[in-house]
Amino acid sequence: MVFHLDKCIGCHTCSIACKNVWTDREGTEYMWWNNVETKPGTGYPTKWENQEEYKGGWKKNGDKLELRSTSKKKIIPNIFHNPSMPSMDDYYEPWTYKYDELFNAPEGDDQPVARPVSMITGEPMDIEAGPNWDDDLGGSPVYAANDPNMDVLSEPERKQMLAIERMVMFYLPRICNHCLNPSCVASCPSGAMYKRGEDGIVLINQDRCRAWRSCVSACPYKKTYYNWSTGKSEKCILCFPRLESGQAPACFHSCVGRIRYLGNVLYDADQIEQAARSPDGELVEAHRKMVLDPNDPEVIAAARASGIPDGVIESAQKSPVFRFVKDWKLALPLHVEYRTFPMLFYVPPLLPVMSQTEGDVVRSDVDDLFADIEKTRAPIAYLGKLFAAGNDGKVRYALRKQLAVRIWRRHVTVGDIDEETAKRALVEAECTPEEADAIFKLTSLATFDDRFVIPPFQREMAMEMITDPHEHRSSAGFGFREAPTRS
Amino acid sequence: MNDFVLLGVLPYIAVVVFLLVTIQRYRMKGFSYSSLSSQFLENQHHFWGSVPFHYGILVVLLGHVIGFLMPTAILSWNAEPVRLLILEVTGIAFAILTLVGLVNIVLRRMTNRLARRVTTWSDLAVYALLLVQVISGIAIAVFEGWGSSWFATSLTPWLWSLIKLSPDVSYVAPLPGIVKVHIVNAFLLIGFFPFTRLVHVLVVPNPYLWRKTQVVIWNWDRSRLRKTT
Ligand code: SF4
Ligand code: SF4
Repeated sequence: MVFHLDKCIGCHTCSIACKNVWTDREGTEYMWWNNVETKPGTGYPTKWENQEEYKGGWKKNGDKLELRSTSKKKIIPNIFHNPSMPSMDDYYEPWTYKYDELFNAPEGDDQPVARPVSMITGEPMDIEAGPNWDDDLGGSPVYAANDPNMDVLSEPERKQMLAIERMVMFYLPRICNHCLNPSCVASCPSGAMYKRGEDGIVLINQDRCRAWRSCVSACPYKKTYYNWSTGKSEKCILCFPRLESGQAPACFHSCVGRIRYLGNVLYDADQIEQAARSPDGELVEAHRKMVLDPNDPEVIAAARASGIPDGVIESAQKSPVFRFVKDWKLALPLHVEYRTFPMLFYVPPLLPVMSQTEGDVVRSDVDDLFADIEKTRAPIAYLGKLFAAGNDGKVRYALRKQLAVRIWRRHVTVGDIDEETAKRALVEAECTPEEADAIFKLTSLATFDDRFVIPPFQREMAMEMITDPHEHRSSAGFGFREAPTRS
Repeated sequence: MNDFVLLGVLPYIAVVVFLLVTIQRYRMKGFSYSSLSSQFLENQHHFWGSVPFHYGILVVLLGHVIGFLMPTAILSWNAEPVRLLILEVTGIAFAILTLVGLVNIVLRRMTNRLARRVTTWSDLAVYALLLVQVISGIAIAVFEGWGSSWFATSLTPWLWSLIKLSPDVSYVAPLPGIVKVHIVNAFLLIGFFPFTRLVHVLVVPNPYLWRKTQVVIWNWDRSRLRKTT
């Protein structure tokens, strides 16, 4: 999965699509399997990135990798009360309005109003927070100023970032990352959580979940949620019923900005353990190294040998994710320092291209249309903390290349930049005209089929593996499971 | 006669209900096996209820199991009054821990509006039964100083007579009323157990400690799939 952040318009269509399909039930009202937050901001649930408090993800202990929260050792003393479990206050209490009172109120002197009522208790309530309370930097003195990622910035940098004339923001849509090294799965005492081998989707077996809630604290992205009504945890299922029938997940399908790309990649699972122990600065590279080139004959042979169907290999070759992540190195994982190896990658935002900072002031009237990336409004260090575990070079590389593509395309389409300048920009960004055109095409002109390359799931064959198709041939109809015995 | 019904018949009914319903519920409605935690709705008071209650009850139950399995060991331990005192005091301490936890649990369920929302009739029944059980247990420990020896000399043989399908209530019939309340209520708890969220006790996640860290499940048998394409 790749989300291209420059293209996200923050419309929340994705969240609504998901909510309508999956989380419109009792116990799930507060869940947003897909949510879009404004950065800088504290996000949803509040300050989810602060792992000192929430204890999500893995930490390196010498050469060993340990869950920060309920590891095997810690589950015994903590099973009766999970010390790092977020509570509903950290999300928000869901509410609705008594709309019928607008119509049924008896005639009187006052205008009838629809009072907010809690969706948990049904009682009237005062609304104190919502899942998007800081949308578009609303209340930023409180929210943006408390963004845990701002820690890496110096005091003047922080001040500048929040100063009104320099205000910078972008949207960060988030779903479960369906990680390679999922801490949620590793923490589940019941063994109810698992990663599907075929497509890597991380799921919770609802019949086996017993509400120990370990996954909720273990997921550093806070993407498993506890259903207070059923007593089971739930999470994004990447719309697997849609995927299995060849459709893109609801949030991908409905995305207005067309920022979302989906495709399978072949990776070397044997490297995961070693890679997860890399030092912070090398995590992005270690992660990238696990993704294999599906056009490499050796990789193809190895994939075949381990039983990957040809259809899956073919779609890996067409995968937009492979191109963004490995080929072009444009897409980066969110908070890879949690060491779960998220399989959702983000193209870091470059916008706004046309403004430049001079001292404390942002100017949009400069002649040079393409500002130096060092002077972009969002400090590189901030992006580096989000997308590269502090290795700012990775972000710089991605931004420089994106900028070079723009310069190149400006040269091609408008022509007010001469070829030499444009080519120099490309060379500096380690890019070629062909690559720049390909990036441009997949970024701006991509069709549905370019964006979503869904491998054949071969359910018909998968079925054969689970049950013998001849099993029910002679059985009575109406769903009886036993064959008639007459002989 | 009453004694026979309560001490000779009720245990069988309770155990049969327990076995039939837990198994059937697991098979037919496995989804409903959950501890139904409400920590998500209320995170602070929960600690002072759940933690003391669980630790307390685990130790107390362990004591009962030891008394049942090793009655002679208990008796010889109790031969010295000092040691009896140590045993009784430890028992009482953990029983009080249990009671503190239980009272906190009930208070939390009554006072917190969100926790109240998820409290069902079956929860209330469980709380009532547990309160009777723990309070009667503490009363025995405090007022009937030889409780643990009685367990070894009277309850254990009676339980064995139940297991051997020849119930002999004469072992327990002469015991004080409060002990009988404790016993009868225990079997009521066992009988109600499968209808409540107490079933989470049966699915404690012990395999976690030795399973592999990550769980990957394939629908395809990869090697066979290869041959069919
Ligand atoms: S993002 Fe998804 S797969 Fe990764 S740890 Fe969280 S719930 Fe698990
Ligand atoms: S639908 Fe697409 S553009 Fe709109 S908020 Fe979601 S990710 Fe961004």
